[in-house]
Amino acid sequence: MDKLFQILTRISASLVFIILVATAVVLYLTAKPAIEEFGLGFVFDSRWAVTEILEKPAESPAGSSAIPASDSASDTGVRTVDTATPADEALVIDDIDSDDEFDDDIDTGEESDSNTREIYGGAVPIVGTIFSTLIAMIFSIPIAMGVAVFLSEIANEFTASIIGTAIELLAAIPSIIYGMWALFYFGPFIASIFGGSSVSLLVAGLVLGIMVLPFMAALSRDAINTTPNVLKESAYAMGATKFEVIKDVIFPYAKTGIIGSVIISLGRAMGETMAVAFVIGGIFKFAQKPTDATISVPVVLANNFAESSGMSMHALFYLSLILFLVSIFTIYLAKYFFLRKQS
Amino acid sequence: MSNKMEIKNFSFTYKKAKAPSLHQVTLPIKANKVTAIIGPSGCGKSTLLRSMNRIHDLYPGNKYEGEILLYHEEKQPQNILDIKKENEFIELRQKVGMVFQKPTPFPMSIFDNIAYGLRLTGLKNRYKLHEQVEKALRDVALWDEVKDRLHDDARGLSGGQQQRLCIARVIALKPDVLLFDEPTSALDPLSTLAIEEMIFELKKNYTITIVTHNMQQASRVSEYTAFMYLGNLVEYDTTETIFIRPNKKQTEDYITGKFG
Ligand SMILES: Nc1ncnc2c1ncn2[C@@H]1O[C@H](COP(=O)(O)OP(=O)(O)OP(=O)(O)O)[C@@H](O)[C@H]1O
Ligand SMILES: [Mg+2]
Repeated sequence: MDKLFQILTRISASLVFIILVATAVVLYLTAKPAIEEFGLGFVFDSRWAVTEILEKPAESPAGSSAIPASDSASDTGVRTVDTATPADEALVIDDIDSDDEFDDDIDTGEESDSNTREIYGGAVPIVGTIFSTLIAMIFSIPIAMGVAVFLSEIANEFTASIIGTAIELLAAIPSIIYGMWALFYFGPFIASIFGGSSVSLLVAGLVLGIMVLPFMAALSRDAINTTPNVLKESAYAMGATKFEVIKDVIFPYAKTGIIGSVIISLGRAMGETMAVAFVIGGIFKFAQKPTDATISVPVVLANNFAESSGMSMHALFYLSLILFLVSIFTIYLAKYFFLRKQS
Repeated sequence: MSNKMEIKNFSFTYKKAKAPSLHQVTLPIKANKVTAIIGPSGCGKSTLLRSMNRIHDLYPGNKYEGEILLYHEEKQPQNILDIKKENEFIELRQKVGMVFQKPTPFPMSIFDNIAYGLRLTGLKNRYKLHEQVEKALRDVALWDEVKDRLHDDARGLSGGQQQRLCIARVIALKPDVLLFDEPTSALDPLSTLAIEEMIFELKKNYTITIVTHNMQQASRVSEYTAFMYLGNLVEYDTTETIFIRPNKKQTEDYITGKFG
């Protein structure tokens, strides 16, 4: 019986590991053609589903594997046709659909010509992800810290338990609900203040910030609560005020836990799909200002997988592999901080 | 011989507790002497000590009755139970310093641990800070051990060193009274001895109250001893009297190890 139990637990444990490795392998294998085709330049190339016409027919497509890092494709002797026409319409889904139809037209028209090829680059969604996450963090960190300090050090027990529960409930709301709320109420509200469209990088960043806020606040509160009472008492016993105790003793003591909670929230914000898909705009274009629409990595994946095949599929897998690696790295970093705290 | 503090008919009830944890305790704290508080676990020693700098007030809802007087050199004695404003609390806690059972180094360097309280009082001059930090560390006989690593994290010191650091941190503020709550119970015999010697030195300049479970320690370091039992002060007298010919049977039983 004991033996059986041991075997069962061992199987479950290895299952987790197998799933992790299998995911990485599948992502890598499916992304491989795109990796070979575009190399690391993929990360810096801002063109997505752009048909490149090679001017010299003699040149083999394999010879042009070095992809220019910028939009200035002209000096490398190739012409590009920008198919990702930015539409100023608000609704994401429509944009993507029309883009794809446009793509298909060109694909079918020139597929037979061996001197053209499709170019995929991840720069736009990668930059979109970086900036929406950044906005989310800038917005949520100060508020989350304020909430955490209030709950653990300032509020009385009754208030702390009520607000604490509310925060845990907020953290449990599915992200699609945040997305709908943002599309219909929050986005237009932000647009009325900062101008621009009601779907934009700014709205997406703020929604992400609101989404991770309860999570970050709850984790930071728990980190702050690990500060031993007697440590705080010794600071008070030297005549420190509450503010001084928080700033000089509690924050330094709980620092690693707080950093860990921020990094975990960062990881969540980076991978968030549904809430962002509603409000970021879904346009393959760099945002010139925060109120412009753009796109993020998970949104590209969610919007395009259904219609993709061939190289576009491989490119999507390349993007997801990048997201996968960055997420694993963030979690690992957070774990490092959490574990260091205990030693 | 003058009193530095005087506890009069003092009762204390914790928030939500049905009965008081201290009943009508009356006890003088003599200036520039060491007063030891002994008694079995749970008798209220810590509760009494923590009332003397009102550190209890970090947790609201406790009830005080009676008086705790603090004598000042120029001013009239002050009943510290009347204190309500934050700046008065800060003043009280800088006059009545406290060292806890477990060493509690702040998460900062050795130097900053000592300088912390001084900076709180507004001292910014780097030269003066350094001077006072060095003096405090010398007073606790820690200077030679740490002078080459003043900017290392204080949590890297040994337990005994950390406890001396915490004492240095408090005396850097030049308090009138020092409260020690079992300061050596987490330390090895050698560190304990070092701290006892230090207390012996310190009483020239400070009034000290020490809670201890260690009878030998009480008899070695203190001039006066108070024996408490179940929230009551059973007997208070010179340490000699308490240990050699106590007046109460209960005290004698406790001293001789018949209970507790
Ligand atoms: N925060 C609290 N709330 C309610 N009751 C408490 C609290 N702290 C202590 N008590 C009670 O007050 C009484 C005295 O406790 P105290 O900590 O002063 O004892 P002590 O003499 O210091 O014991 P020890 O030698 O074990 O440290 C005990 O009965 C204890 O249960
Ligand atoms: Mg105690």
